[in-house]
Amino acid sequence: MINLHSRWMDLRRLDELAANDTEIHRLNPCTKIVTTAIFLIVVASFSKYELISLFPLFLYPLTLMNRAALPFSVIAKRVFATMPFVLFIGIFNPLLDHTPGFQVGPFLISNGWISFFSILLRFILAVTSALILVATTGMDKIGSALLRMHVPKMFVIQLMFMYRYLYVLLDELSRTLLAYSLRSFNETGLPFRVWGPMLGQLLLRTIDRAQRIYQAMLCRGFSGEVRLLRYNALAKKDIAYCLGWSAFFLAARIYNIPQWLGALLIGRY
Amino acid sequence: MHMADALLSPAVGGAMWTVTAGLAAYSAKKVQKNLDEKKVPLMGVLGAFIFAAQMINFTIPATGSSGHLGGGMILAILLGPWAAFLTIASVLTVQALFFADGGLLALGCNVFNLGFFPCFIAYPFIYRQIVGTDPSQRRLFFAITTASVVGLQLGAFSVVLETFFSGLSELPFTAFLLLMQPIHLAIGFVEGLITTAVILFIWRERPEIIRVEPLGKLAIKPILVSLLAITLVTAGIFSSFASSDPDGLEWSISAITGQEELENSTGLHNILAEIQKKTSFFPDYTLASSAATAEAESPGKKSASWPTVDNGTSAAGIAGSVLTLLLVGLIGKGLQLTAKH
Repeated sequence: MINLHSRWMDLRRLDELAANDTEIHRLNPCTKIVTTAIFLIVVASFSKYELISLFPLFLYPLTLMNRAALPFSVIAKRVFATMPFVLFIGIFNPLLDHTPGFQVGPFLISNGWISFFSILLRFILAVTSALILVATTGMDKIGSALLRMHVPKMFVIQLMFMYRYLYVLLDELSRTLLAYSLRSFNETGLPFRVWGPMLGQLLLRTIDRAQRIYQAMLCRGFSGEVRLLRYNALAKKDIAYCLGWSAFFLAARIYNIPQWLGALLIGRY
Repeated sequence: MHMADALLSPAVGGAMWTVTAGLAAYSAKKVQKNLDEKKVPLMGVLGAFIFAAQMINFTIPATGSSGHLGGGMILAILLGPWAAFLTIASVLTVQALFFADGGLLALGCNVFNLGFFPCFIAYPFIYRQIVGTDPSQRRLFFAITTASVVGLQLGAFSVVLETFFSGLSELPFTAFLLLMQPIHLAIGFVEGLITTAVILFIWRERPEIIRVEPLGKLAIKPILVSLLAITLVTAGIFSSFASSDPDGLEWSISAITGQEELENSTGLHNILAEIQKKTSFFPDYTLASSAATAEAESPGKKSASWPTVDNGTSAAGIAGSVLTLLLVGLIGKGLQLTAKH
């Protein structure tokens, strides 16, 4: 139940952040989606044993978090919460791959450890960029951007509906579960005998609710179209934002910036 | 068992995105053509229901552990495969955006793994075949549990394939398979039981909701053929981002190291090394511009054939990394200060 409540709070927190008004929030949502996509592809395209060349890319999430006034803790919390699966799969790399990779003084680091940490860095970069996208854009704007990018209308409308009713249903579910837990000496999970009735009741109520919603929508003139606020056409700064970041991502991809800086520092170029 | 961005290569991620987008577009067309718009609010609200219900812990009798609801099967039963696929896609989209479950690049994979198999394989070929035209309690039970188990097994297999072809994980194919399939056998069974419990409840209370209208023509063969074609084409396109002809030396080195690897792992590893090599953007540039990382670079363990690691370049690498992180941090901090003023 705690899980449910905390997830609900996370959702609300991101929504609140998306309602802020900073220069990043004001950018065109399409621009932000495209830039995030380019970032993700570039991150994924680094080869398996590249570790230090990924470092410069952290400039992107850090800059956005600072410019958009996103609290570090909200993002970090989700990163840690979703880490186990990647850790679980990644930890086999150092166990299975012992080829020598990197020398630090007397220690020889195996390629397995390098690829493990590389996976970890990719994970952090990917997760933070997705969260930043939603925390600086919000679901409504993402929906309107998706429509503009010719995602099927049916899907977008349905996505927006789902998002809107998520709050209602989470609220209803948490009340139901609270009621159950109060009457069952604080059980933390649902025992077998109530699986069907509990979820089934909720499902029936959900279906009835969907019918009422549909009727209410018809009364208000619903014609299969959901009207989302359209946002301005691309401005110069949107294009500059996308191109600027893309250029940086490509530079970081092609040149090993930390290696180059280090060589410069040590004077061994 | 959400697939994660960090384990994906652009070729696999891109190919799965294209396939899933194609399926979603086709499903949207189908839903728009065949069903009334009344379905849209129902789909949305049911999506929210699945989302919420997935957060409940179901206590598994006699084990002390807990299970969760998998959404695909229940949605397919209530909405039919096309609408169910779209609904699952939207649930996973919100999960990827707000909770970072999986990730955006892996979204294509996840929708395919958790949506395609239950909706277009398990539902029409297992559930509908067993339930037939007049559902009974026993038939529903067998149909739903079997369909859930098979659907999840296929999904888990697909995760293994995607991870394997991305080549970031060192896990050998068979070992990963042996790790994933049994776990998901148990998970699938529990998911099946939960789904059965819910559907049986609905069937007793409001039997009209569990529709058994004829499926119509669900022509799966053309879909599968076109899916395969799309996958191959997009994987090809994404792969060709990398420079096409590696020069002879590079090629032979990777071939040799690939063979060296054969000693301690499967032959498939060789193919993987090739795929990995092809998928990396501009591999030649990286090799040329940063000779240091070339040793640590992918196309096989080159360093295995050069056991001495150059200490100088390593030192430069470490010093440079520290400097980069400092710079990144400083720029970030500076931007924060200017933003406030």
